[in-house]
Amino acid sequence: MRQLAIISGKGGCGKTTLTAAFSSLSGNAVLADCDVDAPDLPLILKPRVLDTEDCLGLELASVDSELCTGCGICREVCRFGAVLENFTINPYSCEGCAVCTVACPEKAVCLTPRVSGQAVSSITRFGPMAHANLGTGEEASGKLVTLVRKKASELADQYSCKLVLIDGPPGTGCPVMAAITGTDLVLVLSEPTVSGLHDLKRAIKLTAHFRIPAVACINRYDINEKKSLEIEAFCREAGIPLLARLPYTDITTEAMMNEETVIEYAAHSRKAEAVEFVNIIRKLWADIKMRLSGPCDEEMCSKTLPIRES
Amino acid sequence: MKVAIASGKGGTGKTTVAVNLALALEEVQLFDCDVEEPNCNLFLGFELEPLEAVTCLVPEIDPERCALCGNCASFCKFNALAALPNKILSFPSLCHGCGGCSFVCPAGAIDEKPRSIGLIEKNSSDSSLTFFRGVLNVGEAMATPVIRALQRHIDESRHAIIDSPPGTACPVLAVLGCADYCVLVTESTPFGFHDFLLALEAARIFQVPVGVVLNRDGLGDSRVEEFCRAEGIPILLRIPNDRMIARFYSEGVPFVKEMSGWKEKFKVMFEMIRAQACKNMGVS
Repeated sequence: MRQLAIISGKGGCGKTTLTAAFSSLSGNAVLADCDVDAPDLPLILKPRVLDTEDCLGLELASVDSELCTGCGICREVCRFGAVLENFTINPYSCEGCAVCTVACPEKAVCLTPRVSGQAVSSITRFGPMAHANLGTGEEASGKLVTLVRKKASELADQYSCKLVLIDGPPGTGCPVMAAITGTDLVLVLSEPTVSGLHDLKRAIKLTAHFRIPAVACINRYDINEKKSLEIEAFCREAGIPLLARLPYTDITTEAMMNEETVIEYAAHSRKAEAVEFVNIIRKLWADIKMRLSGPCDEEMCSKTLPIRES
Repeated sequence: MKVAIASGKGGTGKTTVAVNLALALEEVQLFDCDVEEPNCNLFLGFELEPLEAVTCLVPEIDPERCALCGNCASFCKFNALAALPNKILSFPSLCHGCGGCSFVCPAGAIDEKPRSIGLIEKNSSDSSLTFFRGVLNVGEAMATPVIRALQRHIDESRHAIIDSPPGTACPVLAVLGCADYCVLVTESTPFGFHDFLLALEAARIFQVPVGVVLNRDGLGDSRVEEFCRAEGIPILLRIPNDRMIARFYSEGVPFVKEMSGWKEKFKVMFEMIRAQACKNMGVS
């Protein structure tokens, strides 16, 4: 089984649009929506849920008001300001560290498990899909990403799929790290803006850190061709193959409004723009597929990723 | 008054709104709380000076005193300590700084030492706009302590605009919990609407009054407007789907500087915010 993750330093670059397009083209892939904070892929792919699994996050302290004498020691020892004046716990501040439970002379505080979200296995018109529901204000999203990827692997086994397509979270933090570890290839999407280039560099730093082969693609390149050239120069210097330059187009929004992938949309659209746009994506996909199956890549992956699922 | 600029996810235009609003008002404080990707200054170009290092207290174990009982490692909920037969190993990057290990150590062998996880910076140049930002060190996972440290610099006697982090997790709640008003930036597309609902849910936890900025207006449909009308949420401003604005953004140029009439629009928006926030706080 091979794994491809699509990431970008920031949100709004078009990761989900591109992942959805690839899902139309792949034929035999499991989709994994790892943007657990704002999972948008289901809006296009309309998954039918097969099963869900709870993800346990950090535990939560709770005070037994019968036993509490109001001595205030728990408030003193809590470094996160989670114990309120009336000796109840603010669930959004509590990190579940348990210091209050050992500090309380009356043994009035205990920890209770809390569910931070669910990982969901589904089936879509393009094949199986794993995604998530994260509770508002819940941390542990890296943990949930890991659970979504576990679900995706299970689905791949069950449906004999050869590829897992991962729609990554934005940023460069913990959830992104959880989304890219152990993948065979990362596609970094960028935009020709000052922040786009800045965030691309951070994303590449991250893939280099995990020694995962990375390729890049510029979206809306014609918004600012000068900045696009800067991105190209950066990719050249960093040795990152730049596989495609996608133009600025309203097609992507129109497809989204129709709840279709751009591939589906172009199939019935009469706009030359749509056909042209989709042709670039087809070429990009063919290139990625080759890299994912190519023998030289296998060599490269096994060299850089000693612990890898086969 | 503290105004948080938020949205369910990245790329909707939070930074654009925060920076342009701050530049239109001039006499305000702007706080970039998106500490994972602090992008405001790419548009402001201020010279920044370091103000404060944000630290987390991590355990340091005195091997002379340590009796290898392993209490610290079995207590730690974050796996930041591991007990080996002849040594206690610590993993500072996993430590949340709760202090539990030193609390439970019977031998008093654990000292806590500050470890840097980020930095607070401020603009040094003479400007009517006061700008602060927090930067989380690359590879660090805990954004919230940096955001909290940044918030301690808010001068309560002046208006503050706060550029929030994306998402709906802890870091955003740290910002919304202190805000008097929340501006949600969104676009009227299926993705935009979905993420807007998530952000709205987060704002409602704290009962912060909410208004909407419709970005890339003209793109998509009217679903956000219809929802806002039904829920009584005001649309504060519409930023059109304009290639010129996209181009200025790509160059790192705040468009209020280049396009006439926009400073005024942002000022009007701020008056609307002020009126509603006052009403909510019971101030006439």
